[in-house]
Amino acid sequence: MEYSEKVLDHFMKPRNMGEIPDADASGTVGNPICGDIMKMDLKIEDNIIVDAKFKTFGCGSAIATSSMATELIIGKSTDEALDITNQAVAEALDGLPKVKMHCSVLAEQAVKKALEQYYLDHDMMTPERKDKFKILGQDQHHHE
Amino acid sequence: MDTLLEKRLQEASGKKRVYFDHAATTAPADEVIDLVTEILRQHPGNPSSFYREGHQAARILEEARASVASGLGVLPEEIFFTSCGTESDNWAVKGTAHARQGRGRHLITSTIEHHAVLHTMEALEKEGFEVTYLDVDDKGLVEPDQLEKAIRPDTILVSIMMANNEIGTIQPVGRIGEICREANVIFHSDAVQALGAIPVKPRDLNCDLMSFSGHKLYAPKGIGVLFKRKGLRIDRLLDGGAQERRQRGGTENVAYAMAFARACELALKDLDRESKRQTKLRDRLIKGVIEAVPHTKLNGHSELRLPNNANFSFEFIEGESILLLLDTLGYACSSGSACTSASLDPSHVLLGIGMPAEIAHGSLRVTIGRKTSEGEIDRFLIDIPLVIERLRDMSPLYADFRKGKLEALIPPEGGVDVRIDGGYDLV
Repeated sequence: MEYSEKVLDHFMKPRNMGEIPDADASGTVGNPICGDIMKMDLKIEDNIIVDAKFKTFGCGSAIATSSMATELIIGKSTDEALDITNQAVAEALDGLPKVKMHCSVLAEQAVKKALEQYYLDHDMMTPERKDKFKILGQDQHHHE
Repeated sequence: MDTLLEKRLQEASGKKRVYFDHAATTAPADEVIDLVTEILRQHPGNPSSFYREGHQAARILEEARASVASGLGVLPEEIFFTSCGTESDNWAVKGTAHARQGRGRHLITSTIEHHAVLHTMEALEKEGFEVTYLDVDDKGLVEPDQLEKAIRPDTILVSIMMANNEIGTIQPVGRIGEICREANVIFHSDAVQALGAIPVKPRDLNCDLMSFSGHKLYAPKGIGVLFKRKGLRIDRLLDGGAQERRQRGGTENVAYAMAFARACELALKDLDRESKRQTKLRDRLIKGVIEAVPHTKLNGHSELRLPNNANFSFEFIEGESILLLLDTLGYACSSGSACTSASLDPSHVLLGIGMPAEIAHGSLRVTIGRKTSEGEIDRFLIDIPLVIERLRDMSPLYADFRKGKLEALIPPEGGVDVRIDGGYDLV
């Protein structure tokens, strides 16, 4: 199992690592028992994500996908960010080893968890949007 | 951000790589490689053939067998060459189980054995054998009294490793051997990590079967040994020709058998001095890491431990990311984190010593070797705190800890005897 250069680059030089103290929305997913936790903070102005920061406890691909996810959503509208899938994050990193695909799901979940809070806080949760949060209920870990 | 780490990362490409994964494999010794090449070129015969080339090959094979036997203090006819440690374990366990099932179908092992034993036991369970998996204490030790209690009239085999490959704990195999002998139960021990690191005398340990591997001993991959006490009958694993006293089919790997023998000679010749040297380096490493990195504990036993093994848990971070940064800094190490394997669960050994999963994920194994120098240890002691600090900076768990929202499981001063009871108290 070897990582792409892009994964290694994002792992070694993570983009947007940190926290936003006055974040408009934030979401934490994963758990320490499974070995990965992602926290995503968003700064949102007029439904546009103007800043995103992450903190991640996890392996190289968990850190790289968090970093890539922030790059993909900054500058996008919240609805556009909602449409970013884990495949898109993985592809932007030139692919992930098969056993690591669940890490990219975690990145998608972290963004969605934060956006869910944003929509609920601003009374913007329409049935159509709600449909896109289904992934939050999925457990990505299948233990032996 | 952490400019010293950036500087070390830049400098690393110009530095020599540091190999700290000797429990995974060792580089064959030059002398061993030369010997293998010479035998492959000069003596390619089949030891079973009835002509001069065959006789020559057979002579080399028997010379190798005699040499290994003498190193272990056993008879040449008690030494069987196999393809690897895993084959030796499979053969010992399955062969005994199948040969003795008329007397009973109960086997005993521990929860922290190598997968070569554990998965073999599981395969036997599917055949209807019953297996007792003994728990170990928080240092990884099997309690002989517990073993004694677990032995039943239908118990036919006990398999307990001599030293653990992940945490380096050395088991009380001498006492276990005594118990098995008194109870008339066959005793197998996987000594793959022990040979060349500590004295190994199967006879003194009342051991009936013992497994070894060449590539942990500075011989090539593809050669193993099974010691089988004279008179003990077990079933074959490999049916075929009459090789290895009719007990293991397959043309003998003459060159590698000799490689094993020479590697074993080299290791035993220097055993006392080298194990003292490595123990000193190991203790320097353990002391240095625990002093340099807060919230760090040693896993395994501080004294009953292989001279080459150190295993740490660093709280709030995950092991694979430690390996990746260390790799970039020039170090080859290993981790018990789930993310370094195809499975999603952390190491069964770390869970077996009662460590919560969240701490097991943040483990690092450093195993030193014959060529490890004090300079390499000291270089590592500069880099490891930088690596851990960088990853903790990124960790939401560490952020929560700093904000007082999470209580640390390992105290700041850490240590070699830290006990962890339970995991995080998460809302």
